[in-house]
Amino acid sequence: MSEYLSDYASLLSQYDVLGAFWVNIQLTFWAAIGSMVLGSVLALMRISPPASMRAVGAAYVTLIRNTPLTIILVFLVLGVWSQLTISFTDDFNQNFFIYAVIGLSIYHAAFVCEAIRSGVNTVPAGQAEAARAIGLSFLPAARLIIFPQALRGAITPLGNTLIALTKNTTVAAAASVTEISALMKTMIEFRPDVIIAVFLTVALGFVIIVIPVGLLTTWLSQKLAVKR
Amino acid sequence: MSHSTASTDTDPGAGAGTRTGEPLVRLSHVDKHFGDLHVLKDINLEVSAGEVVIVIGPSGSGKSTLCRAINRLEAIDSGEITVDGKVLPKEGRALAKLRADVGMVFQSFNLFAHKSVLQNVTLGPMRVRGASKKKAEERAMELLNRVGVGNQAHKLPAQLSGGQQQRVAIARALAMDPKVMLFDEPTSALDPEMINEVLDTMVSLAKAGMTMVVVTHEMGFARRAADRVVFMADGAIVEESTPEEFFTNPRSDRAKDFLGKVLGH
Repeated sequence: MSEYLSDYASLLSQYDVLGAFWVNIQLTFWAAIGSMVLGSVLALMRISPPASMRAVGAAYVTLIRNTPLTIILVFLVLGVWSQLTISFTDDFNQNFFIYAVIGLSIYHAAFVCEAIRSGVNTVPAGQAEAARAIGLSFLPAARLIIFPQALRGAITPLGNTLIALTKNTTVAAAASVTEISALMKTMIEFRPDVIIAVFLTVALGFVIIVIPVGLLTTWLSQKLAVKR
Repeated sequence: MSHSTASTDTDPGAGAGTRTGEPLVRLSHVDKHFGDLHVLKDINLEVSAGEVVIVIGPSGSGKSTLCRAINRLEAIDSGEITVDGKVLPKEGRALAKLRADVGMVFQSFNLFAHKSVLQNVTLGPMRVRGASKKKAEERAMELLNRVGVGNQAHKLPAQLSGGQQQRVAIARALAMDPKVMLFDEPTSALDPEMINEVLDTMVSLAKAGMTMVVVTHEMGFARRAADRVVFMADGAIVEESTPEEFFTNPRSDRAKDFLGKVLGH
């Protein structure tokens, strides 16, 4: 047993586990911002008056939500980067990181959109009518009246999306980003002697990252609930 | 009730900037369906500046739809509605601009739940009219004091009673200096003891010369404040007359039947 533990300790000194997790956290952070912005725009389109805008929003959600994330990331790397040779930076690794953030944002925006739309449904129709009645047009009414209330109603589903995003950052390995699941593959390959500990380490790492997200969203949804 | 002495104080000038010789609100041959239901049948109605028109009738008669059609919260199928001589625009900026000139008070108040009472009243003037924060707040406090809720300005709507919320909603509409005010059953969601405080606010508004279209079940208020009573049933205007005439000597059987039921006890 003590031998196993010392083997495991040598694994941790051999590989930068914390550094790899840090990459996942960074991916989560930037993709959360990206998917939130894109998802908000999509939600706006889905509730907007012109039927064509609603159709575009709905088409995006239907297409992207039903496409595996791996396909999106591999398409970006092999299709857009390799085939179309579009680069964002000369730094090879940085470039893959950016592609991973874009792919994660595109994918999770569809879920963010639907979470916000479910939040919009918690806002009584009278709020929008009152906004229109004082002369606000669609965009100001959405920005000042509907979205601030909808976001509070959407905190729980948005939190779920954030948790899913956090764990989905492991798929970035498919885009050649050296995050924790890529490192895990390497560790399994070279240190099969401590394979169980490798799995447990990675699993525990995600639990530690994700638990605060769940606590935070529960706390926020209670604190920010709109009193009616 | 005469309004010839109106608009001498700080009340919003009813008919200010309106054209003369033309009704402020005109509905001609308005029709609307909800699916198979014909909710508005060939409605013709004119409201002059300073006039208080009260629409009464049984539930489902189309009163609320009529009221909501005037600022196009309900689109109509055919016919024409003009406000201050301008045909209601279909959508977009022009419609928003017109709505800013038409105050609306809802049955369920619809105060912005995440904003304070003061912010509810200043939002329109600041965002739509481009008023400065200072000016908008001064005017809002004046209006909130006038409707008797000035001391509640910094609370959230949910912390107020129904009657107080509805008076805030009236102040919010007045803050836009509307040419006409629409009231869609403003007291129907209120507890009985709160109805009068809202009706009193509306009576003082009517006395100040505001042009008003009021959908209500409050017969006493109709008698007290109306220049004209419009009686609707089954989507059509059945009878139109002075309150005195309507309540003492209704012409149609439908109106007699309705009044017999609501005034029976």
